[in-house]
Amino acid sequence: MKKVFGRPKSMKNTIFHYCAGCGHSIAHRLIAEVIDELDIRGITIGVPPAGCAVLAYNYFDVDMIEAQHGRGPAMATGIKRVLPDRVVFSYQGDGDLAAIGIAESFHAANRGENITVIFINNAVYGMTGGQMAPTSLLNQKTTTSPTGRKSLLDGHPIRISEVFTLLPGTAYIERCMVNSPASILKTKKSIRKAFQYQIEGKGFSLVEILSPCPTNWKMTPVESCRWIDEVMIKEFPLGVMKDLPAMEEKEEKKGGKTS
Amino acid sequence: MQGNKIIGEAAVLAGCRFYAGYPITPQNEIPEYMSERLRTVEGGVFIQSESEIAAIHMVAGASAAGARSMTSSSSPGISLKQEGISSLAACQLPAVIVNMMRGGPGLGNISPAQGDYFQATRGGGHGDYRTIVLGPATAQELADFTMDAFDLADQYRTPVMILADGMMGQMMEPVIFKEPKPRVYSDSYMMRGAGKGKSKIIRGLILDPLDMEEHNWTLERKYRVIAKKETRHELYRTEDAELILVAYGTAARIAKGAIKRLREAGLKAGLFRPITLWPFPENELRDLAKVFENFLVFEMSTGQMLEDVRLALQGYARIGFHGRPGGVVPTPVELANVVMRQYDRKQGIIEHY
Ligand SMILES: Cc1ncc(C[n+]2csc(CCOP(=O)(O)OP(=O)(O)O)c2C)c(N)n1
Ligand code: SF4
Ligand SMILES: [Mg+2]
Repeated sequence: MKKVFGRPKSMKNTIFHYCAGCGHSIAHRLIAEVIDELDIRGITIGVPPAGCAVLAYNYFDVDMIEAQHGRGPAMATGIKRVLPDRVVFSYQGDGDLAAIGIAESFHAANRGENITVIFINNAVYGMTGGQMAPTSLLNQKTTTSPTGRKSLLDGHPIRISEVFTLLPGTAYIERCMVNSPASILKTKKSIRKAFQYQIEGKGFSLVEILSPCPTNWKMTPVESCRWIDEVMIKEFPLGVMKDLPAMEEKEEKKGGKTS
Repeated sequence: MQGNKIIGEAAVLAGCRFYAGYPITPQNEIPEYMSERLRTVEGGVFIQSESEIAAIHMVAGASAAGARSMTSSSSPGISLKQEGISSLAACQLPAVIVNMMRGGPGLGNISPAQGDYFQATRGGGHGDYRTIVLGPATAQELADFTMDAFDLADQYRTPVMILADGMMGQMMEPVIFKEPKPRVYSDSYMMRGAGKGKSKIIRGLILDPLDMEEHNWTLERKYRVIAKKETRHELYRTEDAELILVAYGTAARIAKGAIKRLREAGLKAGLFRPITLWPFPENELRDLAKVFENFLVFEMSTGQMLEDVRLALQGYARIGFHGRPGGVVPTPVELANVVMRQYDRKQGIIEHY
């Protein structure tokens, strides 16, 4: 009998601690599948965050080193500069990347570090119990914005992908989601491209994943998926924000024709 | 050669191949030197980071990847690095951190001071850990101790701090770089990709309190070995002394000058100079109390090392103190005058702690 579905080799044989319907588990699996497909398990080093994914090293069967809250991209920078031929990824939540670690993320991106950042945007601080995140939507109720996020008091949700696109150092940025089979497949393609670009030395890549957190959104998994479709993507539109390598290839082809 | 540059050169000679740092006076010559020097060696990486926080975490990543790694800063920047230093200690990663102390608290000023002794010797960041702290007092020691720091960091897989001050960083003195020892280390912890083997984890998160407790005791056992084996101090003109000054770093240099003048005036003073500030040479100091009764601590702070001296000597000897915090660098003459006021041959130290 032919096996058509199994655990990726880059994933350990354990059970996730994530809540039912959580986007982290899907994102983990996709990353592991990509690592398998690119056959880079032996040269990949992952940096998990402080956040719900803090135990990611218990799931990925690749070398992993814990980062303090928000410092993943600095750590990944140190690793990658010492070992430029390894594949280094930093896995981060929205509090981790867009609040406490915004400087480390922004500057790693600006330096064009040849690393990949997987950015899980679930619009809350999942691990600490659902407080407001820098990506929480206006009027979104959280445990620290009980009457809803108000721009005058709390500022606006930060569109990290759009902001990072403006940095000349970034090579590839895409926003995806994981709330349907089709969107999951698309996200996998994006992760694959990000890793591929890193292997080719193209520079900084970031995949933002709109990710359900049913527990803190106080919704069922199905409602959470619908909320992403109906509410979240209005603030965080999907798509490729930047694909410098593809653009350059196009330019080259054009240039090749005229010359 | 200038003190800050000596540190940079000694680091590279010792095999340092990764430096990350953020500008702050009075240590800017270290990153400046490293930015040039690391380009000339194979595999050398220099990064001017966006902050001291980023720098220390870059160093942690580079260290985990196997490079001898260093960062440097001055007081306010060292405060920012504490998160990373605590994490290095937890994850048992080697690294060298240089603190060219300046006046504090807060932004303070850029003059030489010794107000970071507590922060350096008590861990500094959160949690149960220690950092090996070396207190050089000459250009030669800046060179020697920088090299030693890398060896100690590797040997015990722990962060090591060079605690000096703005004056040591700026001063010019001749120096001879010793032959660095070959790097001795086990690469078992290093994070270089699993290859075909088992994957590794480096972490400080240990959720089960009993496991965390065990980890704390594991670290503590290591610190006790360090305390036993690595404690260093210097005795200066103590053989015939009637009064012992206790000082480290720049303060010890001033103390030596004061001792010369005191002896000219007929007061036989000597110096006990702690070289490792953690582990503090408390047994060696207490041994002195078998012979001597009067000690005077001199620091460029309001009295921080004084507490370690009191822990070692209280009940055994009379302890006096003179402090000049805030970036004031007193002259040997001032210190000599203070000693003469505070010490009476019949009474001993007059105002004692
Ligand atoms: C310096 C520091 N501050 C605060 C925390 C507590 N903390 C852990 S995870 C977290 C927020 C995580 O939120 P996010 O990054 O969005 O990840 P999620 O759990 O939602 O995936 C916080 C505040 C910490 N570990 N370290
Ligand atoms: S709290 Fe939210 S982000 Fe965390 S595991 Fe549960 S569903 Fe996932
Ligand atoms: Mg989150």
